[in-house]
Amino acid sequence: MTHPSQLGIGDLRTALDGKKTSSVEVTTALLETINAGKKYNAFIEVSNEQALSQAKAADERFARGERAPLLGIPIAIKDNILAVGTKTTCASKILGNFLSPYDATVTKKLRASGAVIIGKTNMDEFAMGSSNETSTYGSVKNPWDLDRVPGGSSGGSAAATLAGLVPGALGTDTGGSVRQPASLCGIYGLKPTYGRVSRYGVVAFASSLDQVGTFARSAADLASLTEVISGHDALDSTSVAKAAPAYSSALTKGVKGLRVGVPKEYFIKGLDPEVEKAVLTAIRKIEDLGATAVPVSLPHTEHSLAVYYVLAPAEASSNLARFDGIRYGFRIPEPKDLKDLYYRTRSEGFGKEVKRRIMVGAFVLSTGYYDAYYLRAQKVRTLIAKDFTNAFTQCDVIASPVAPTTAFKIGEKMNDPIAMYLSDVFTIPVNLAGLPSMSVPCGMDGKGLPIGLQLIAKPWDEEALFQVAGAYEAATNWHSMRPAA
Amino acid sequence: MFSSDDIKKLGKLAHLYISQEEEVELIHKLSAIIEHVDHLTSVDVSAVQPMSHVHGSTNVTRSDELTPGLSIEDLMKNVPDHSGRFIRVPLIVE
Repeated sequence: MTHPSQLGIGDLRTALDGKKTSSVEVTTALLETINAGKKYNAFIEVSNEQALSQAKAADERFARGERAPLLGIPIAIKDNILAVGTKTTCASKILGNFLSPYDATVTKKLRASGAVIIGKTNMDEFAMGSSNETSTYGSVKNPWDLDRVPGGSSGGSAAATLAGLVPGALGTDTGGSVRQPASLCGIYGLKPTYGRVSRYGVVAFASSLDQVGTFARSAADLASLTEVISGHDALDSTSVAKAAPAYSSALTKGVKGLRVGVPKEYFIKGLDPEVEKAVLTAIRKIEDLGATAVPVSLPHTEHSLAVYYVLAPAEASSNLARFDGIRYGFRIPEPKDLKDLYYRTRSEGFGKEVKRRIMVGAFVLSTGYYDAYYLRAQKVRTLIAKDFTNAFTQCDVIASPVAPTTAFKIGEKMNDPIAMYLSDVFTIPVNLAGLPSMSVPCGMDGKGLPIGLQLIAKPWDEEALFQVAGAYEAATNWHSMRPAA
Repeated sequence: MFSSDDIKKLGKLAHLYISQEEEVELIHKLSAIIEHVDHLTSVDVSAVQPMSHVHGSTNVTRSDELTPGLSIEDLMKNVPDHSGRFIRVPLIVE
C-alpha cells in the first residue's frame, strides 16, 4: 500500500473500508512522518500515545460494524482549539501550560466522526500574524522552501497538510488565516460562512470575524472534513440554525452557466505579476469549462485593511482582557500587589505583536477616539458588506488572488507591520462581510512557489465554492504539486 | 503622532508595563498603524448604520434547563495558585 503520508482522507477511507490497513497502522506511520518532519516546526504538541489509543478505539468501532466519515483517520487541529488531553497554548507564553478543560464543539464533532486527533499545530500567537513568525515556539517553515514562511496564522496546519504529516487539519480564519497559508503552501483552505461552524471552545481573537476553517490536499477531502465540523451549536449563540449541506455532492455539478465575478479592485498595484497572470489564467480555464466571467466592482475594498485593523484589535483587546494570571495561564512569581500581578503577568506573558494590537484596540475604543475610529470602522464595514451584496446580483461566485505575493522570506516583513498586514489585503474583506471563501491551488511562480485562487460566495453558499473547485481540479494539475521531500 | 505620555496611558488601559525600549518602538509602530487607518475619515458614513454582526444578530435565548457543567476539578488544574477550590490572590483590601 502507498505510504499513508501520500494518501488523502478519501484514499484512507477506501483503504480502511477495504481492510487494506488499520487506523493503528496509519496513525503509527503518520506519527513517524511527523517525527521525521520536525524541520517544519508545524506542531506544538504531538499526541503520540493518545493518538494511538484513539486509533485503537477507532479500529474497534470499525470491527463492531460502525461507520463514520473520518473513522480512524488522523487529523491535526490548530493550537487555539480545545481538545481534552492536550494543552491549548495559542502559541503564547501566557497559555504555555493551559490544559484544555473541555472539548471544543469542532473537536467533539471530529471525535464523533471517528477522527484521531494526532496533535496541535503551530500558529501565530493568538492567531495574530500572517507568517507564523509571532509564535512563541518559533516560525513554521514552508515545505516548499525552508527559508520562507508558510503564511499565517494557521501556518502549522497548512505546512503539516502539505508535507503529508496529516491528510487534513483545522485552522481558524479571522482575516485570512486559513486561506492565505493554504495559498502560500499550495493546498486547499476553506473559511466557511460566519456562523456555519461553532466557535465554542475556540480561543477568541476577534469574535465578529473568527471562523474555524479546514485544510486538505484535494477538494473532495476538504468537503468531507468541512461536512463533519459544520452545523448549528446551542453553545455558540453566533452559530446559525441552518442545516449544513453535503458539500461533496457539489463537486461534480460542473460550472456551466455559472457567473464568475472578477473585481477590478483586486487586481491592483502591489499584486505580483506572476500571481496576477496565474489567477487570470485560472479564471479563463473556468470559463473554458462553461462559466462566464463578468467584471464586478467592490468600490470600498481600499478601506478594508483599515477597517480590519481598527475592529480586530478592538475586539482582541476586549477578548484578551481575561488573561490576567488569576484563574488560568501564566502568573508571575511574587507579585508586589494585585496590580503588579496583572501588569507583569500580561507584560511578560504576551508577545510583541499581541501587545501592539491590544494597545491599538485600547486606543480606538478609548474616550475621545471611539466615534472617530471604532464606530466609523463599523460603518465602513457595512459599506464593504453591501459591495458584496451588490456584486452578487451580477455573479454567483467571485474570483481573485488570495494573496498579493507567493511565500516571502522568514524575517522579511517582521519589522514592518503594515507590509505584513498587506498580505491579507484580499482575504480581509471576506471576513468583514462574513462570507464563505476558499483558496484553490492555481499555479506556481518562477521560484517554484505555489499561487492560490480565492473563490468567494454568497452567505451559506459554500456549495458554489466546491462546485468551481471540483470542476477546476478535474481539469488542472496544480493541486497535485508537491515539494521534494 | 503618539507621544510618550500617550503610550503610557494606553499601557494603563491595557494593563501592560511598557519599558523604555518598547515605548520607543511603540511610538513609531502605533503611529504608523493609526496613520494607515486614518483614510477612513474620508469615507462618507453619514447615512450608514454600524455593523457589529454580519447576519444582523438578535438576542438568542434557550430554555432555562439544567445541563451538566464543566468539572470544577478540571478547571482548578489550570489555576496558577489555589487552595482546594479557592483561588489564591494577593491581598486586595488593606
